[in-house]
Amino acid sequence: MTKTTDIVALDEWYAIAVMADVGGNPIRTRLLGQDIIYGRGPNDRVSVHEVDASGRPGAALPTRERYNCLWTSLGAPRHEIFRLAEAEEKDRRVVVCGWIKMRTSGLRLVENFLDMAHFPYIHPNILGAEPHTEVPQYASEIRRDVDEVWATNCQFYQPQIVANGPGGMVQLTYRVPSPFVVMLYRVCPSSPDRLDVIMMFIQPIEEDLCRALPVMYLIDDRSSQIDLLNFEQVIFLQDRIIVENQRPLLLPLEPRSETPTRADLSSVVFRRWLKEKGLRFGTAEGGRDLV
Amino acid sequence: MAKLTLYDYELDDQCYKVRLFLGALGCLYDKVAVDVHPGSEHRSARYLRLNPLGALPILTEADLTIYGAEAILTYLALKYDTARVWLPEKPETFGRIMQWLAFSGSILSAASIARAHALFEIEADETKVYRKARLAFRLMEDHMTKQQFDDTFWFIGNTATIVDIALFPNIALSRDFGVDHDEYPALRRWMAHVRGIPGFITMPGIPAYH
Repeated sequence: MTKTTDIVALDEWYAIAVMADVGGNPIRTRLLGQDIIYGRGPNDRVSVHEVDASGRPGAALPTRERYNCLWTSLGAPRHEIFRLAEAEEKDRRVVVCGWIKMRTSGLRLVENFLDMAHFPYIHPNILGAEPHTEVPQYASEIRRDVDEVWATNCQFYQPQIVANGPGGMVQLTYRVPSPFVVMLYRVCPSSPDRLDVIMMFIQPIEEDLCRALPVMYLIDDRSSQIDLLNFEQVIFLQDRIIVENQRPLLLPLEPRSETPTRADLSSVVFRRWLKEKGLRFGTAEGGRDLV
Repeated sequence: MAKLTLYDYELDDQCYKVRLFLGALGCLYDKVAVDVHPGSEHRSARYLRLNPLGALPILTEADLTIYGAEAILTYLALKYDTARVWLPEKPETFGRIMQWLAFSGSILSAASIARAHALFEIEADETKVYRKARLAFRLMEDHMTKQQFDDTFWFIGNTATIVDIALFPNIALSRDFGVDHDEYPALRRWMAHVRGIPGFITMPGIPAYH
């Protein structure tokens, strides 16, 4: 596939690598259909370039180092990468979970992340359990001042809120700061006045192919690194098989193409937001004709 | 009795073979979680001392260290299945079990590579490993079609053996790398029986529902 012509997608920032993996050996990857190459130069400077038709490094792309990741854009971003206040707190435990590749539109992944109704069925005895299947009413909105989607007052019964932890009603707030970044704030079970943050950065490779990286900023000085990794990765792989089997692979934005229920409010708002933005990449309306 | 310890990665199909069998045997064991992705801890000096091949699963018991799923299944069967149900001694049966275990450790490993490539971006010749994995599944499908003509639900003989345990994970997880089960009806019927083994456990990618 070739570079998308979707200006809205091109002008966003995307995480493409974990900083620890950015070294002297240039690494080639693909973003929005465009091959790119990144690495660390002799003076330790990190650079990202498009790979031109002849296979050589072409235009230099803008870079940022944020949240343990290297970010770039193929266009001209109209704003900086979103800010996460919690990332500046010194006592946070940062867990970078490792990239996982998925054969689906990155937007499907965001939507799945926002969905609580699937917890008891797809993550039984972790994020949900029958018969506690009800999604209590929550609020979801497009925040015009920051141009983000937020879902607030979200509650759900979880048998295991954190790695090795007990169950209970979890209090969640969801945030979508850009079309391919999604995160949740969770009232920290061990210190209820603070919030754990779990983010997912998505690198859209092609319309129907992406890689995703969960990055967590936690208040947790007890769990081992491997337990935290396992907890998140198991959930992620349980989701992967579901998301890869959704049809169409690309996200439909047309309101009548799927029938939402009250629990799908976040999805409805997310799709409306994307439509207003005019995003086409990875959507059923603007993307290639798939499945 | 000395304690069994499994060095394990939750998302690894080879480790799942061992977890599945330990579950079926009802063996108690300790699990040491290894940070395979993204940490590559299995290739660190600590684990290379246990397995110079830098791979999981690794099983230890007292002074014994044994690695590789097929070897571990064989060891556990001989040690803990005194009734010799999972690994019968009858030469004809034993020989065929070894044949399919070798199959599991050779051509079928293409399915593990294809899956690691699809999930974790492990470098691989995609066309080649996918072709090889599909060939392995086709051979399994043909075998199980014959078995089911003979009214047996299992790979060898009339009861579950360690071959059923060794072969189940790769095909059960094939959707992780985009190979659907629709084209393998005999394997689907067989997998439903494997799911019925007392002590059966799932892993991510193998939903609890059918």
